[in-house]
Amino acid sequence: MSRQYLIRRLLIVVPSMLGISLLLFTVLALAPGDPFGELASNPAVPPEVRAALRAKFGLDDPVWSRYLHWLVAMLRGDWGFSFVSRMNVDTLILQRLPTTLVVIGSAQLLAIVVALPVGVLAATKPYSLFDQIANTLAFIGFSLPTFFTGLLLILVFSIHAPEWMQLPFVYRADVAGTGWRFYWEHVRQSIMPVMVLGLFQGASLVRYVRSAVLDVIRLDYVTTARSKGIGERKVIIKHVVRTALIPVVTLVALQMPIVFGGAIVTEQIFRVPGIGSLLISSILANDTPVVMGVTFVFACLVVFFNLMADLIYAWLDPRIAFR
Amino acid sequence: MAASPAVVVPQRKAQRFSPGLEAWRRFRRHKLAMASAVVLLSIVAAIVFGPFVWRVPINEIDFAAKLQGPSWGHPLGTDDLGQDVLARLLYGGRVSLAVGLCAMLVACFVGVLIGSLAGMSRGSVDAVLMWLADFFLSLPALPLLLLIIYLFREALKNVLGPEGGVFVMIVLVIGGLRWMPVARLVRAQILSIREKEFVEAARALGASKLRQVVRHILPNALGPVIVAGTIDVAAAIIAESTLSFLGLGFPPDIPTWGRVLFDAKDYLDIAPHWALFSGAAIFLAVLTINFIGDGLRDALDPRRVL
Repeated sequence: MSRQYLIRRLLIVVPSMLGISLLLFTVLALAPGDPFGELASNPAVPPEVRAALRAKFGLDDPVWSRYLHWLVAMLRGDWGFSFVSRMNVDTLILQRLPTTLVVIGSAQLLAIVVALPVGVLAATKPYSLFDQIANTLAFIGFSLPTFFTGLLLILVFSIHAPEWMQLPFVYRADVAGTGWRFYWEHVRQSIMPVMVLGLFQGASLVRYVRSAVLDVIRLDYVTTARSKGIGERKVIIKHVVRTALIPVVTLVALQMPIVFGGAIVTEQIFRVPGIGSLLISSILANDTPVVMGVTFVFACLVVFFNLMADLIYAWLDPRIAFR
Repeated sequence: MAASPAVVVPQRKAQRFSPGLEAWRRFRRHKLAMASAVVLLSIVAAIVFGPFVWRVPINEIDFAAKLQGPSWGHPLGTDDLGQDVLARLLYGGRVSLAVGLCAMLVACFVGVLIGSLAGMSRGSVDAVLMWLADFFLSLPALPLLLLIIYLFREALKNVLGPEGGVFVMIVLVIGGLRWMPVARLVRAQILSIREKEFVEAARALGASKLRQVVRHILPNALGPVIVAGTIDVAAAIIAESTLSFLGLGFPPDIPTWGRVLFDAKDYLDIAPHWALFSGAAIFLAVLTINFIGDGLRDALDPRRVL
């Protein structure tokens, strides 16, 4: 990967981040409701005090200057104060972020572990019985909404399962126990959220992997490899899969916005204390600074993963960087 | 002309071919898509005509019969207020499917508009529009959807009433966040079709750009748009159900499928039928629409040999 490509790609991040901030600010500015609406209806606050407050916080400034003000504050890390949690928004989000990243990361891992072998096997024998079953299951997998799968898993594993295999359906941050027991409890309570997200992701990934492998498997260099007498296994693993996986990397990253949507739902169902459930509870509690902050973090994460995908893609396939 | 009675040539009807018939022939070969079409049509029929046959009101409260499993009086059981789940699901299906269809129409309209603009104008307009599409593609849809609904719900409610306001907003926002794939498809199609001879002929005859697009290019670019639109309906149904499931969609007195599931989730241990039936309704609708989309993809792709 040339340094030039790296710099060019990094520069694209700036307009996307600016675009996202502009969009968020526009939505916020267009939204009805006044932060001083309460003061306006309060007869104990004289109008001149209200006007002085408005002037102090710059509410009567032109829109562009308010935007710049807001942007500078966001860049400085001054994200506001949560009315509900009584703490700074950035501290609150930083507390919750690791949980979300762990859940999303393990779910993606599970999706890849399931989808890769199934997709490759299905593509090596297209239209076989296995392929058809895998395809049908994949369709069922991404047609099942995450909130329904979550409830089904709770029904099966928390309510109707025998005692020894019951799983907790409420995620607890304060697990009682230390050492191995602590980790074991954490793994146990993560199983269901990760399964819900991972299987949903895996279902759509299977179809991508299958078509990517099908595109490659007909190429001449694969035939050459076969005619040299290399075993079928080795041809598939060493020659086909390595090439076919390059576009899959991009697809995994492009799926990220959908993964975050799924993460919000799963966190809400299983009460996982991540930023997804934080978003929902702040919306229900009218906690605007937190809502804005979490949305902004989600957008940043998507931009970041797109950047990673492009860089990995250029590293895997050097032709890309020379375009 | 003297007809010879001895030789009667059996008049075989000339085989008729039209793009529609050909697509239908191909579609029928996709067994799962055909089965899905039958199931989806029966769901639609049940939703449209069901409330005229099953005349139980959706909001008749009967505490004596609360949280009951399926029985003859209530085929799908009752909820925590003793309301009939079947009646609520039939009514809610109308809202859920209407949201799906309308959001798809919005997405397709915006997508076709922007895609055609980008494809026909090339140059800087094209570049800006496609950058915009890429930008929207990289937005996290659900958080943004939640944010917009959080900020604008009250205002629209005051203008259009609680039901109308939420409906218009959900349709516009879901549709407005899903136009990008359609726009890219339409642009790609236009870029290849606009160089074909029949468009050149139209251009030579003095057809305006608008006429070239509407009369000559778009009808030939419709296949992929139909497929994308079909899948968009499923995605919009899921999006609406997700919002309702998070308690941020329609108000409680409008039992959309997601809303019923939201109400049911706290009674999972004592009344699982409630959640299972509403979830199954969403799942069945989405699954059949996805399969139909897959069948249409096979049927409408002229390069595919079937």
